[in-house]
Amino acid sequence: MEKMSRVTTALGGSALTGHTMHCHLDAPANAISVCRDAAQVVVAGRSIFKIYAIEEEQFVEKLNLRVGRKPSLNLSCADVVWHQMDENLLATAATNGVVVTWNLGRPSRNKQDQLFTEHKRTVNKVCFHPSEAHVLLSGSQDGFMKCFDLRKKDSVSTFSGQSESVRDVQFSIRDYFTFASTFENGNVQLWDIRRPDRCERMFTAHNGPVFCCDWHPDDRGWLATGGRDKMVKVWDMTTHRAKEMHCVQTIASVARVKWRPECRHHLATCSMMVDHNIYVWDVRRPFVPAAMFEEHRDVTTGIAWRHPHDPSFLLSGSKDSTLCQHLFRDASQPVERANPEGLCYGLFGDLAFAAKESLVATDSGRKPYAGDRRHPIFFKRKLDPAEPFTGLASSALSVFEMEPGSGSMSWFVDTAERYALAGRPLAELCDHNAKVARELGRNQVAQTWTMLRMIYCSPGVVPTTNLNHSVGKGSSCGLPLMNSFNLKDMSQGLGSETRLDRSKGDTRSDTVLLDSSATLITNEDNEETEGSDVPADYLLGDVEGEEEELYLLDPEHAHTEEPEYVLPQEAFPLRHEIVDTPPGPEHLQDKAESPHVSGSEADAASLAPVDASFSLISVSHALYDSRLPPDFFSALVCDMLRFYAEQGDVQMAVSVLIVLGERVRKDIDEQTQEHWYTSYIDLLQRFCLWNVSNQVVKLSTSRAISCLNQASTTLHVNCSHCKRPMSSRGWVCDRCHRCASMCAVCHHVVKGLFVWCQGCSHGGHLQHIMKWLEGSSHCPAGCGHLCEYS
Amino acid sequence: MAEGENEMRWDGLCSRDSTARETALENIRQIILRKTEYLRSVKETPYCPSDGLSNAVSLDGLNKLLAHLLMLSKRCPFKDVREKSEFILKSVQELGIRIPRPLGHGPSRFIPEKEILQVGSEDAQMHALFSDSFAALGRLDNITLVMVFHPQYLESFLKTQHYLLQMDGPLPLHYRHYIGIMAAARHQCSYLVNLHVNDFLHVGGDPKWLNGLENAPRKLQNLGELNKVLAHRPWLITKEHIEGLLKAEEHSWSLAELVHAVVLLTHYHSLASFTFGCGISPEIHCDGGHTFRPPSVSNYCICDITNGNHSVDEMQVNSAGNVPVSDSFFEVEALMEKMRQLQECRDEEEASQEEMASRFEIEKRESMFVFSSDDEEVTPARDVSRHFEDTSYGYKDFSRHGIQVPTFRVQDYCWEDHGYSLVNRLYPDVGQLIDEKFHIAYNLTYNTMAMHKDVDTSMLRRAIWNYIQCMFGIRYDDYDYGEINQLLDRSFKVYIKTVVCTPEKVTKRMYDSFWRQFKHSEKVHVNLLLIEARMQAELLYALRAITRYMT
Repeated sequence: MEKMSRVTTALGGSALTGHTMHCHLDAPANAISVCRDAAQVVVAGRSIFKIYAIEEEQFVEKLNLRVGRKPSLNLSCADVVWHQMDENLLATAATNGVVVTWNLGRPSRNKQDQLFTEHKRTVNKVCFHPSEAHVLLSGSQDGFMKCFDLRKKDSVSTFSGQSESVRDVQFSIRDYFTFASTFENGNVQLWDIRRPDRCERMFTAHNGPVFCCDWHPDDRGWLATGGRDKMVKVWDMTTHRAKEMHCVQTIASVARVKWRPECRHHLATCSMMVDHNIYVWDVRRPFVPAAMFEEHRDVTTGIAWRHPHDPSFLLSGSKDSTLCQHLFRDASQPVERANPEGLCYGLFGDLAFAAKESLVATDSGRKPYAGDRRHPIFFKRKLDPAEPFTGLASSALSVFEMEPGSGSMSWFVDTAERYALAGRPLAELCDHNAKVARELGRNQVAQTWTMLRMIYCSPGVVPTTNLNHSVGKGSSCGLPLMNSFNLKDMSQGLGSETRLDRSKGDTRSDTVLLDSSATLITNEDNEETEGSDVPADYLLGDVEGEEEELYLLDPEHAHTEEPEYVLPQEAFPLRHEIVDTPPGPEHLQDKAESPHVSGSEADAASLAPVDASFSLISVSHALYDSRLPPDFFSALVCDMLRFYAEQGDVQMAVSVLIVLGERVRKDIDEQTQEHWYTSYIDLLQRFCLWNVSNQVVKLSTSRAISCLNQASTTLHVNCSHCKRPMSSRGWVCDRCHRCASMCAVCHHVVKGLFVWCQGCSHGGHLQHIMKWLEGSSHCPAGCGHLCEYS
Repeated sequence: MAEGENEMRWDGLCSRDSTARETALENIRQIILRKTEYLRSVKETPYCPSDGLSNAVSLDGLNKLLAHLLMLSKRCPFKDVREKSEFILKSVQELGIRIPRPLGHGPSRFIPEKEILQVGSEDAQMHALFSDSFAALGRLDNITLVMVFHPQYLESFLKTQHYLLQMDGPLPLHYRHYIGIMAAARHQCSYLVNLHVNDFLHVGGDPKWLNGLENAPRKLQNLGELNKVLAHRPWLITKEHIEGLLKAEEHSWSLAELVHAVVLLTHYHSLASFTFGCGISPEIHCDGGHTFRPPSVSNYCICDITNGNHSVDEMQVNSAGNVPVSDSFFEVEALMEKMRQLQECRDEEEASQEEMASRFEIEKRESMFVFSSDDEEVTPARDVSRHFEDTSYGYKDFSRHGIQVPTFRVQDYCWEDHGYSLVNRLYPDVGQLIDEKFHIAYNLTYNTMAMHKDVDTSMLRRAIWNYIQCMFGIRYDDYDYGEINQLLDRSFKVYIKTVVCTPEKVTKRMYDSFWRQFKHSEKVHVNLLLIEARMQAELLYALRAITRYMT
């Protein structure tokens, strides 16, 4: 309702005005139909049957046709249609198989006029004759179509489709006697109303049910059909055989299709399932809808253009219990959001890039090629001046040639193939990958792997020399611990330009680390005092040389029952010496009682040291792990990943992401991860590294990615003669018992690799064709084409 | 004895190339003979206590092989394999080793073996079906042998099942079999559980999982609830169930996986119905399908007990209380007369709308009273029950406890329009396969009824189909539920109800007591309708919940 644009279209005197608006219905709608005067709309559903007046600002309920004491199934409507000649005449199709007509001119409250109970199953569709006042046609689930003369009590004729359920029936607008019917088995039939014995013509239009059809209002022989196979097809019925003129592939099964008035090539569709939007397509441009209406929250069940000569108003009813009027002007146009850019690799690594001229112009230094003119429809054709495709009128094509030798990506391929991503302990993976990187001369990457290993792997594996050294020294401040080294290394490794941005963070973490390491050491000293029963095996090993010290200390700690209670008190003063904040006695008390509370209090100063004292409490058998919060480095590592990704080395980013798994995954948002994964997978596939790419897909934790290889990989083949899918085997058609692909050389069936010439479409066994073309340059089939094999 | 070289390879037999089969058979023969020789030599050595255990183990191993060989000699569609297997068995017997013999039921306990097609006497079409099935699975199961009454359906059924279990799909192979086990175990169907336990191990599943659902990954455990509800009270499935599965952190299912799982679950629930409904016997090579005892010892079969079927007793009861033929002859006549009447009356007398609505309610309500009288709880066999929890959870009629569940109206959510699109979107090709299967099952007819030919049975078939779905609360607006009462008599309703809702309670008596004059093939036909209608009903509820979750 916010969109208050007003559209006034001149229609030979009368003018339609209105807004995009909607109103709430009491129940889901199944179908809608518009009155001839374009001022009223009828909505029908299982438990609703109402007429609304379309006013300037809103829909106003005008009449509720659902009267009577008890709800009857006769009122449970599957379809509704308003007569286009007589404003008082409506017909509904009920789910129980009854066809009901309604006369709004009746004086009583109950407007029900006639009841036809001839169908045995649900009636799917009713249709009035466009110019005859009394002729009504119905199509039912029982496979019959019936034609009623409203002046008589029974049907005048019955048409048997001889196939399955009838899904739609439509009178031709131009041909007085013709109507089309569509069937659940994919057939479309054309009937002459005077000849109920057999149909005039029948053809298979879709694979699976054809849910709807619509005759073109102006073009005599055009029929649009929509099916469960997600396609809309436009058929030319004037020729001897129905010819498929256009085909639009949508994303969901097509429930309704309606030609747009006054726009020869436009039609509106809505879908049966999953997709709630209404699309308006230009049938000549079947890939991007011309317009899209996104108002509904559940599937749209009925659409109708408000006036037969006004292309800008569309009405729709939906299962979400709303009735909407859409203004074409307010529609969202996917074209605007689409990138009219194309990118393609040539056979020899050349890269072609086509884009809007305006975009390319800003890119100095490269001269655009002559504008691309290969897609006249896309770029040039503008039938309706009101349609704003002007922005796309011109484009430019750039081609980048590969310089021989440069840009060799062998390192990428090698790395991808040799990296180990899973199946071994983290430390081994890191070591392995570091080794791979080093061997390929990528020292920075190798360094990164080594550091990752040190950050995330348990201390038991870390070479103990450093530790030993520091402990042996026994100095408690400013110790050059290896961790602080690592950090510096890493920031250097990350490259100088990021070094600047990050220097602040780095120094901070450095100091923090120093704090913590210092505390660590002091703690260790204290621990030694505690006695040899401390289960810190490796630490004990480290400090063996200082055993004298151990015995020097007073024995009171040795037999304390609860080290948790005593030790922190010792740890604290030492820590505070370093941090230079005087210890408060009550703080100490707190600490002793509930270390967790004080831990959070101490956060303000620095987080790591507190944790260090924790590690002490838990008697440090997993010193490294608990000394720092587990995600202490993750911010840094994430920065590192982003840095690599930005540099274009998405391989590194993804590999680290996979190897570290849980440890960093939470800190990077899903979308970024997904983006990295897709880029990497795309790259891998470009280099034909299918196995690696599959492994990456499998190891990824992002849902969108792991879905990638859950899709079907089956490719279906159609028979080249009868165009039916070949179900059982790929090379012989069950229906016409012919072999689909014969080798032009040996005249046998090709069951494996089939190679064919793109010029003359003859082909055969790969080996045979190769051999043939060594000796001859003409096509083996004798068609005279000069085939090429490369 | 080196196990490696004695590893038995059966897959060579599945080849369509007879020479490949030949070599595979020869290989098998040598292994078996070697094992036999070894056993004999051990036996002949006077006293060797340390070897006792390994001796028993290797005897057990040999017996398994012999049982498999016995199955091949009876059930392999290739004649050469049948003959050669029998020959190998004979030569083993000559060496003094006891060989197994099949327990004499044939593929089904309800249908006399002579009524069922013998392997080897099938026509070309059936032979193609058999060899396809054999090539895919390495066996020809009893279900196939019973279904082959209706080859047209069987083809579609096998194709679908093959696709679900072996072709590409989002779930790993061992998951698929495990889900099959879960689903079959819900109905305590030891036949299907046994089959799929073998398959599960064959595709490399972890044997630990078989100790119970709590040993399986969390992801599969989460599926347990859906399995339970879907099997017994599918109308209770809500989008919250779906949401719970899809949003469970690292244990969550993707939509595609979920649809695959749902299809598998419904497939095996209904297949369990078929197994019990037709009284499928255990496979020859599985436990209870063969015996090493000489014929005279006992007629006793373990599986009969676990299935709650005491076939021996049934047999006697039946032969004693058999209804005179003339009586049941009139049954068919009466049924046909009713059909004729309905056909004629339909146009004349129109029931009012309220009448129509109440007829559905009546049928729905009545369907719960239709129950076999012997309602005693059958405790499931231990080995099956460990695959699912909450054994007390079973089919409950919705109106029994005053819980009013809104009727599911097919006109608002049907398979053709909605279900198909959803399945095909998330699990391509399967929608098509299931759709074909439904179609074939629904439209299958030979225009015969018992001894009558050229009968239009569509009315009867529709009544059966709609009655089954009515039990799940599914209503067709355009159907007069009064017809059901006219066409389906009580014993038939009891049978349908039991097969669909509590298949484990089906007995031979029930099978025999309905439609006494009808042929066995027609009763199997009824079962096909039952399983497809049931599968569709379950699918509709599950898919509707998924759709609701998605919107």
